[in-house]
Amino acid sequence: MRFPFKTSYNQDIRLFRDRVDVFWYGLLAVAVLVLPLLMDEYYVGESTWVFIYGICGVSLMVLVGYTGLVSLGHAAFLGIGAYAHAFFIMHGAPWVVAVGLAVAITTACGLIVGLPALRMTGIYLAIATLAFSVIIQEVFSRWESVTHGFAGMKVDRPVIFGVAFADDRSFYYLCLFFLVIVLWLTRNLLRAPTGRAWIAIRDSEIAAQSMGVNLAIYKSMAFAYSAGVMGLAGALFAHKIAFLAPDIFNILLSIQFLLLVIVGGLGSLHGALFGAVFVALLPPLIAILRDSIPDSMAEFAVSTGITPVASVGAAVGAFLAKPGVEAGIFGLILVLVILLEPLGMYGRWLKIKLFFSTFPMYKASTFKRQKSYMRSERLR
Amino acid sequence: MAVGCIYGLVALGFVLIYKATELVNFAQGDLLTLGAFVCYMAVVWWGLDYWVGFVIAVVVIGAFGALLDRVVLRQVIGQPQFAVVMLTIGLGAMFRTFASVTWGSEIYTLPTPFGGVWTIGGVTLSHQYLSIIAGTLVLCGVLYAFFNHTRLGVAMQATSQNQLAAYYMGIPVKLIFSLIWAISAGVAAAAGILLAPVTLIDTNMGLAVALKAFAAAVLGGFGSIPGALFGGIIIGLIELYAGATLPEGFKDTAPYIVLLLMLIVRPQGLFGTLTRKKV
Repeated sequence: MRFPFKTSYNQDIRLFRDRVDVFWYGLLAVAVLVLPLLMDEYYVGESTWVFIYGICGVSLMVLVGYTGLVSLGHAAFLGIGAYAHAFFIMHGAPWVVAVGLAVAITTACGLIVGLPALRMTGIYLAIATLAFSVIIQEVFSRWESVTHGFAGMKVDRPVIFGVAFADDRSFYYLCLFFLVIVLWLTRNLLRAPTGRAWIAIRDSEIAAQSMGVNLAIYKSMAFAYSAGVMGLAGALFAHKIAFLAPDIFNILLSIQFLLLVIVGGLGSLHGALFGAVFVALLPPLIAILRDSIPDSMAEFAVSTGITPVASVGAAVGAFLAKPGVEAGIFGLILVLVILLEPLGMYGRWLKIKLFFSTFPMYKASTFKRQKSYMRSERLR
Repeated sequence: MAVGCIYGLVALGFVLIYKATELVNFAQGDLLTLGAFVCYMAVVWWGLDYWVGFVIAVVVIGAFGALLDRVVLRQVIGQPQFAVVMLTIGLGAMFRTFASVTWGSEIYTLPTPFGGVWTIGGVTLSHQYLSIIAGTLVLCGVLYAFFNHTRLGVAMQATSQNQLAAYYMGIPVKLIFSLIWAISAGVAAAAGILLAPVTLIDTNMGLAVALKAFAAAVLGGFGSIPGALFGGIIIGLIELYAGATLPEGFKDTAPYIVLLLMLIVRPQGLFGTLTRKKV
């Protein structure tokens, strides 16, 4: 086990904890940079989703995980970003300008939504953002001069300063670049007084207010920042799916983002990325299982002579092929995570790490939750 | 008006659970769908009488609600409200998948004994809509009498006001929670069955209704039972008038616009009370 020897207060807020950290993150960076050269192009395309969802996850993590404001309407911000970007591109704006404008517009929208949100907490805020997202979705389908309604809008691959990012590999690097930028920005914000104010608001609004944190400013800042990052994700999202239609940005997408931050682990940027990996790679995984389980089970049945296994495999395959099963599996995982591991995948990772670093001395009770009684949120 | 009553009933389910346990049940709409499907199975597949099917569906879904509370939601008491909201969203997604896997994505019609129409002074009233309004009134009357005039109902009121005090008075708080979940789920099932002839039964019928019922519950002030019904009727009327008078597209969004305005102007709702924490 490593014991960091602290010689200055700045050590607590450094970007990387120590040299070992730098080494591991460097290794990760090299792996992420080299991997697309070795992988099949299809898998490169699927991994790009990880980065886009990662940006979405960081955006929502700032709001939900760090400031404690729950939004059930983040798909609306994603949609605003995507449509604004596509609109400006179509009208001949250079790529960088279009992205800048898209981010600016979503930030402004976030600010506008954030202002009334200052008076609400908890469930009311969730419902208000939900209402906002339903209204915005209707706007997408009706404002045909900008969004082309249900006829949809085609978005080509980006061309930046004359460089075309046409194939999946180059687009992968573009998304990776923006994810790293967003992570760096967010990490810096979080270790600055702004981030500490957000965390204080999350832990107790009254305490934060008494310590001199201006709730109105910091809450609207969190909303605006989160929306702006979502707008950036929206611009990349538009290029990735290549065809925008209003019904993409529905409540289920917002719920998927919340699932991402919860399964990943609330209150950590690592969690946002773990969650992004999970959400982006589960659907392809289900598809692979759907295709392979019946065959492999049938082979198993033939080789061992246990025939019922084959029919079980066929039944599982048929079940996975039914429409809507994916949402149910997401729901089941969400329920299990909240019941069994409220800290999410990152929490589990920390436990595993602690187990090995303190090897024979690990106590399960280190992470045992204290006995908790019902905390009333009716009295804020 | 009739659809507003349905919103009111579903909102009532939200409010009951919220008042008692401070959980917000996002799966309410899916319980509604399940209720309608169970009734459909009883009536069409097993050939039972409509009323028998009605009772079976309400009892089955009510028992399911109690089970849900016992097995799943008991575990998360004391965790932040947000976790519970996500938990019920997850449960709702599971129910929807269950419904679509079990009953497929076809649309079913529930046969009802309410086929006719009455014509009073030039106004045609279909029995279906009247049945919804009458059903809502009867359910509310029963619930009102139950909460105010029975020992159990008063115990439930006490529990929702102060759990610790209720516990000290010898009220089995855990059992009360389960019962409230059962009542709330049963009300949702009843709403689903009443709604079935109007919107037809499919796996997504609950989601749309639940979202509007939310608006209703917030409009009336989360935590106020008459407020929920009143809010439901208002939302139903707003939807009707917006559909009739405003341009296309406003029918579905008008309730949400009203909801947002309400949250900005008076976040505690029409009948709610605002409380501040004392430090």
